[in-house]
Amino acid sequence: MPAVKMTVNGKKVSGNVEGRTLLVQFLREHLGLTGTHVGCDTSQCGACTVHVNGRAMKSCTLLALHVEGAEVLTIEGLATGDKLHPMQEAFREHHALQCGFCTPGMVMSAIGIVNDHKELDEKTIRHQLEGNICRCTGYHNIVEAIGAAHKTMRG
Amino acid sequence: MYDFNYQRASSVADATTKHKAAEDARFLAGGMTLLPVLKQRLDQPSDVVDLADVKDLVGISEENGAIVIKAMTKHHDVEHSDLVKSKIPALAELAGTIGDPMVRNRGTIGGSLANSDPAASYPSAVLAMNATIHTDQRTIAADDFFQGMFTTALEPGELITKVSFPIPTKAGYKHFPNPASRFPIVGAFVAQTKDGTRVAITGAGPCAFRVPEFEKALGSAFDPAKIKDVKVSADGLNTDIHASAEYRAHLINVMARRAMGG
Ligand SMILES: Cc1cc2nc3c(=O)[nH]c(=O)nc-3n(C[C@H](O)[C@H](O)[C@H](O)COP(=O)(O)OP(=O)(O)OC[C@H]3O[C@@H](n4cnc5c(N)ncnc54)[C@H](O)[C@@H]3O)c2cc1C
Ligand code: FES
Ligand code: FES
Repeated sequence: MPAVKMTVNGKKVSGNVEGRTLLVQFLREHLGLTGTHVGCDTSQCGACTVHVNGRAMKSCTLLALHVEGAEVLTIEGLATGDKLHPMQEAFREHHALQCGFCTPGMVMSAIGIVNDHKELDEKTIRHQLEGNICRCTGYHNIVEAIGAAHKTMRG
Repeated sequence: MYDFNYQRASSVADATTKHKAAEDARFLAGGMTLLPVLKQRLDQPSDVVDLADVKDLVGISEENGAIVIKAMTKHHDVEHSDLVKSKIPALAELAGTIGDPMVRNRGTIGGSLANSDPAASYPSAVLAMNATIHTDQRTIAADDFFQGMFTTALEPGELITKVSFPIPTKAGYKHFPNPASRFPIVGAFVAQTKDGTRVAITGAGPCAFRVPEFEKALGSAFDPAKIKDVKVSADGLNTDIHASAEYRAHLINVMARRAMGG
């Protein structure tokens, strides 16, 4: 089986995978990083969102071999010890989750949205969140949390 | 997903050579269509040839009155390109409506055109602006490129390298999105070109197509009032759970007028 190397949450990792192994399978099954979720089979729900070289992507729709040599950031790489990332803190503060299944993907997408936008209004947040599906919250508090985190992260 | 032999190409020549040498290969660009297709086991290639390392397939430039976008340029980069925003703002706007941010961070213009999904957004722009598709072997005019559902003029193993869009005097794009998938149920691109105003529709038929009735009524005008009473027939249009052919025929007129600011 071909070998693959990448950096995940700042650590160099490697493994042997099949051509068809998806990045999300490599993260969950080879590295045991089960924070990244799989919510659909159609590339539509966003639960599997991680950052690859600084950009938000669906890890269920990327081959592990394709990201050879890349920097991958998952939900597990956000907090520093007990200190939550400002986006995680905003989700906690604004009650932006119920069951939590969509949350890792939501948080990773949300950070991507904040990184991409100097200015951010509610309409933009809702448009940019179209690739993340939540069946619990009705999105309202997620949108609030992202708006609040935008202020802390962008100062 | 069935397994396959994964290969990476270092250049256009390397990609086409590897494709030819394999039993039944597919190029991999953004993978936003190919991987969902493979995951559903709708296709079973022997080899996948990844274009990720082919750096000379990426970039946007202006050449002789045209905006030239290389095949591996991502939707996100077209959406945010200052050049595209200043010369063909409607094209940047269209790129910003494709799927969602994660799809735009990966999906490419070459992949979208090669795939010719009945609801793909870019084909409407390519047809309306009378763009030229460049491959490793030849150039193909927009009017000859889209041939049917998931069918184009490309030969097996032929690689799109870039697309050249002559800059129109005016252009607009409007679509009515499917709220679940974000693909257009109907999308209309209208461009005022040196050969008159061209109207191209996506989402409504087996592949993108022009609307001669509208083009005749418009001549070289960019004026929604001129097509207000021009009806489009529902014959041959798509019917599915999202919209009937009659509803799509109605949307074609509404979206085309909105694309012209009406
Ligand atoms: C949730 C979701 C929503 C989407 N919404 C939209 C939407 O609203 N509008 C829209 O237009 N699209 C939409 N898409 C599709 C998306 O735009 C794809 O990125 C695009 O259709 C294919 O581009 P790709 O680069 O991902 O190609 P790939 O998936 O890598 O390839 C697609 C096909 O084209 C071939 N190919 C790729 N590059 C070339 C080339 N240079 N030359 C020859 N053949 C090539 C491949 O072999 C393959 O057969 C959506 C996708 C998803 C997952
Ligand atoms: S698991 Fe649903 S988009 Fe990746
Ligand atoms: S919190 Fe349950 S799916 Fe979003």
